Amino acid sequence: MNLTTLMQAYVFVLAGFVGFLVIARVPPLLHTPLMSATNAISGISLVGSLVAAGAGRSVVSTVLGTVAVTAATINVVGGFIITKRMLAMFKRSDRRQSNAPKA
Amino acid sequence: MRELFVQASYLLASVFFILGLKSLSRAETASRGVSLAAAGMLIAIVGTLVQQVIIDYRWIALGLAVGTVVGVPLGTRVPMTAMPQRIAIALTFGASAATLVGIAEFHDHADTMALGQRIAVAFEVVLGSLTVAGSFIAFGKLQEIFPSRPLTYRGQNAANFALLGVIVLMLIAVVAGVGGMPLFYALITLALVAGVSLVLPIGGADMPVVVALLNSYSGLASAATGFAISNNVLIVSGALDGTSGFLLSMLMSKAMNRSFSNVLFGAFGSETAAAAAAGSGSDLVATPISAEDAAVQLAYASNVVVVPGYGMAVAQAQHQVRELAELIEKRGGEVRYAIHPVAGRMPGHMNVLLAEANIPYDKLYDMDEINGDLSRADVALVIGANDVVNPAARTDPTSPIYGMPILNVDEAKSVIVLKRGMSVGFAGIDNMLFYQPRTRMLFGDAKASLVKLVSEIKAL
Repeated sequence: MNLTTLMQAYVFVLAGFVGFLVIARVPPLLHTPLMSATNAISGISLVGSLVAAGAGRSVVSTVLGTVAVTAATINVVGGFIITKRMLAMFKRSDRRQSNAPKA
Repeated sequence: MRELFVQASYLLASVFFILGLKSLSRAETASRGVSLAAAGMLIAIVGTLVQQVIIDYRWIALGLAVGTVVGVPLGTRVPMTAMPQRIAIALTFGASAATLVGIAEFHDHADTMALGQRIAVAFEVVLGSLTVAGSFIAFGKLQEIFPSRPLTYRGQNAANFALLGVIVLMLIAVVAGVGGMPLFYALITLALVAGVSLVLPIGGADMPVVVALLNSYSGLASAATGFAISNNVLIVSGALDGTSGFLLSMLMSKAMNRSFSNVLFGAFGSETAAAAAAGSGSDLVATPISAEDAAVQLAYASNVVVVPGYGMAVAQAQHQVRELAELIEKRGGEVRYAIHPVAGRMPGHMNVLLAEANIPYDKLYDMDEINGDLSRADVALVIGANDVVNPAARTDPTSPIYGMPILNVDEAKSVIVLKRGMSVGFAGIDNMLFYQPRTRMLFGDAKASLVKLVSEIKAL
């Protein structure tokens, strides 16, 4: 284990804690959008795929990298679009607006 | 200088991802937060593309183009009713990206890797391929390409444990530098087999736990990728995904009063439970009700609680539910929705379906919010839900679902259950709620029954 690995472990553990605190506050109402959003964010493996596909290291790496870029892009593009689409459907009742004139 | 720009873009992306997830704590802010996360993604991609190691953009362009062409319809066209399988197939894509990067990394650098990197790559491909295969099977079950009932055989758990044991041994060997590429590929193959073998015996109603758990594995696989290629934004987002999936699967297991191991290795609702159900309750008779009478009861109720379950999703009856609710509201009644955490096939399934039907989300209540209030309901309308409203979970210590938190529908002043027939629920046990004196059964397809109720109320 070198120092870099330890620093990476640092980042991982702290991000895990932040994730736990942030995600524990997501209400059950939004659990499906949450899964969908984390799926889209998991498309970040694109950054690793881009390097594998474009660094010109070997044929194997280029081919696997290109497939990986494709798969990750599907998640990024499709994931963010469907999450936005889903969240657009969550609306409050118009009760508040209709009560407003009376108040 | 360029490297500094790359790292700064990753830092910004990580912050945007966290802020994006934080915004999901409220429905009002959620959509804006997701846009922020998407912006973070764009920043990270641009940051990566300007890196010096990238010398050839042709294959990258191809991958980005094909991915976009496939991704856009998956985002715009997939109906909300298909969300569970949509999420499962997205997990397959995400995990395959991580696995492929791991293979490419090991193929090119196996000899020069530090121990830490070897460990990371080994975990990356094992978790990655397990998730690829497992989530594909989950997709197949949810899409009903494969049977959604548990597929079991004698000695299954023993076989799965043995398989996992072999995988652990091979993982250690790969980390130790034994066996070269052949052993590495064998490890991936076995992990794929394990993914199939672990998810096949799990039944449809346990899918919320499984999908959340696979989400967690896929996150950990991408965090491992981050360790392997020294990339902090991958580590951060992998950790976020990992904890999110883990937290959701914990919540789902708790809502079923079952442990992880019981969900994964229990093959719930197989022959034993069904046999037990067949023997009991044969002398009990449920009281049916006509759509006409049910409509009268609903029309004059001032406090109605709708309890949706997977049956509503199957019948795709959410729009008819809204129509019925609007009629009751027009006549002066109040309609609320009681949502059990594991109703449906994924966390939050019912909320999304009801939101799709334009039902305002402030009328959707979690189990804990509404349970104390169900005794005030004039009518509880149960649509395609069974085990999550079975009072045996509270009263019968011998019941397989005893201890599971349920919606206390049996406390409502009257109950109308929309159901196809008297078949048992997923847990394979009888539901005493159906035999209560205050309960009436409206048999038939949920959608057809709701259509009838709507026209009967209109005719009043």
